[in-house]
Amino acid sequence: MLEGRHLIEPMDFTNEELDGIFELADSIIEDEKSYMDKCRGKILASLFYEPSTRTRFSFEAAMYRLGGQVIGFSEPSSSSVSKGESIADTIKTVSCYADIAVMRHPKEGAPKVASMYSDIPVINAGDGGHQHPTQTLTDLLTIRRTKGEIGNITIGCCGDLKFGRTVHSLIKALSRYENVKFVLISPSELKIPDYIKREVLEKNGIEYVEAEKLEENMGSLDILYMTRVQKERFFNEEDYIRLKDSYILTPDKMEYAKKDMMVLHPLPRVNEISPEIDSDPRALYFKQAKYGMYVRMALIAKLLGVC
Amino acid sequence: MTVSINSIKKGIVIDHIKAGHGIKVYNYLGLDKVDFTVALIKNAPSNKQNKKDIIKIENAMNIDFTVLGLIDPTMTINIIENESIKEKIKLSIPKKVEDVIKCKNPRCVTSVEKNIPHIFLLFDEEKLEYRCQYCDEVYTFSEV
Repeated sequence: MLEGRHLIEPMDFTNEELDGIFELADSIIEDEKSYMDKCRGKILASLFYEPSTRTRFSFEAAMYRLGGQVIGFSEPSSSSVSKGESIADTIKTVSCYADIAVMRHPKEGAPKVASMYSDIPVINAGDGGHQHPTQTLTDLLTIRRTKGEIGNITIGCCGDLKFGRTVHSLIKALSRYENVKFVLISPSELKIPDYIKREVLEKNGIEYVEAEKLEENMGSLDILYMTRVQKERFFNEEDYIRLKDSYILTPDKMEYAKKDMMVLHPLPRVNEISPEIDSDPRALYFKQAKYGMYVRMALIAKLLGVC
Repeated sequence: MTVSINSIKKGIVIDHIKAGHGIKVYNYLGLDKVDFTVALIKNAPSNKQNKKDIIKIENAMNIDFTVLGLIDPTMTINIIENESIKEKIKLSIPKKVEDVIKCKNPRCVTSVEKNIPHIFLLFDEEKLEYRCQYCDEVYTFSEV
């Protein structure tokens, strides 16, 4: 039963609950028209304190496609936040007007705070360099629909693994599936945080290696999850400039990959995947973006208890 | 020298403090500012610990046992009434620490959001590490 629940991090839901969301997403993809009135009369509050294209649009499109309405802001300067209103007060107020809230915030833990003071379900749409659980739902649905299952994979996570919230959430979620191995490819300055290694990987006896070279590890991967080195996460521009082009996926690197390897990316990309890769059938990142809308439709419907 | 609790009519005896930790407990409880009788006994002989510190407080006072458990989980608290032990409290490493320290991660929501509890959850009992409930930043016991 997901009605009335919050989604702050991937472990908030069991694998069975996630399966329920994926099955509903499959059903929506199959016959979207049957769901166009499910959220009629319902309102989603879209609280984006940080720029976003895919996440915000996909949530708003998801609500509209379910027959619901959307209120909110896409930058805090257009709300009382700019007057210094707290997250707690904002969510208490929004709870009076909306049925469900989605929050993107640059500060880590902000959606957690919102959930503590909210009368309506709160969905974390990304908090700083911390977690991004709905991107994880998107990633898992893409893997499930492409490979037929989520387990039994070797996944390479490449790029900014330190601040890459999508990677943190994905590793946490995948740690609960059978026979998942990780290859964590990053420059030494952007390695995966210790708490993920110790609490998620080592605690669960999950096989992983840390590496710095992409080409050397390509051949073993079933999935390559590329990430962007994010300028907005650096306090020091020099560090960003030094690290931003650490990994660029090009056709010659793809030569080393399995014929059915999946290339995923949470997007936006800057230059870490060469545009020539887009025509490779293994490049699934735009398909992934589309699945993101469907999985969010399923999530909203479940949390509102309409499906 | 043996230490007797008979000298206390009503109050608290904090016993089995690791030798040298007594002053930390004394400072945390703000016992330097109180106007009732307090004794800090250092390096008292102990069968279990060889040496221990003891604090005797001749007054009833509210103590946050969570934080004491953080300073030294081996301590025992004896609540004294009518010159005898009314209650014996064994401390343990707290699973949750609230409003004792603040998260130092500049990216943490607690750096901007006022009036929310600062909560840390036990992450590694052996290493005495705690994790911020909001941002997952890890702190060791000494930092806490």
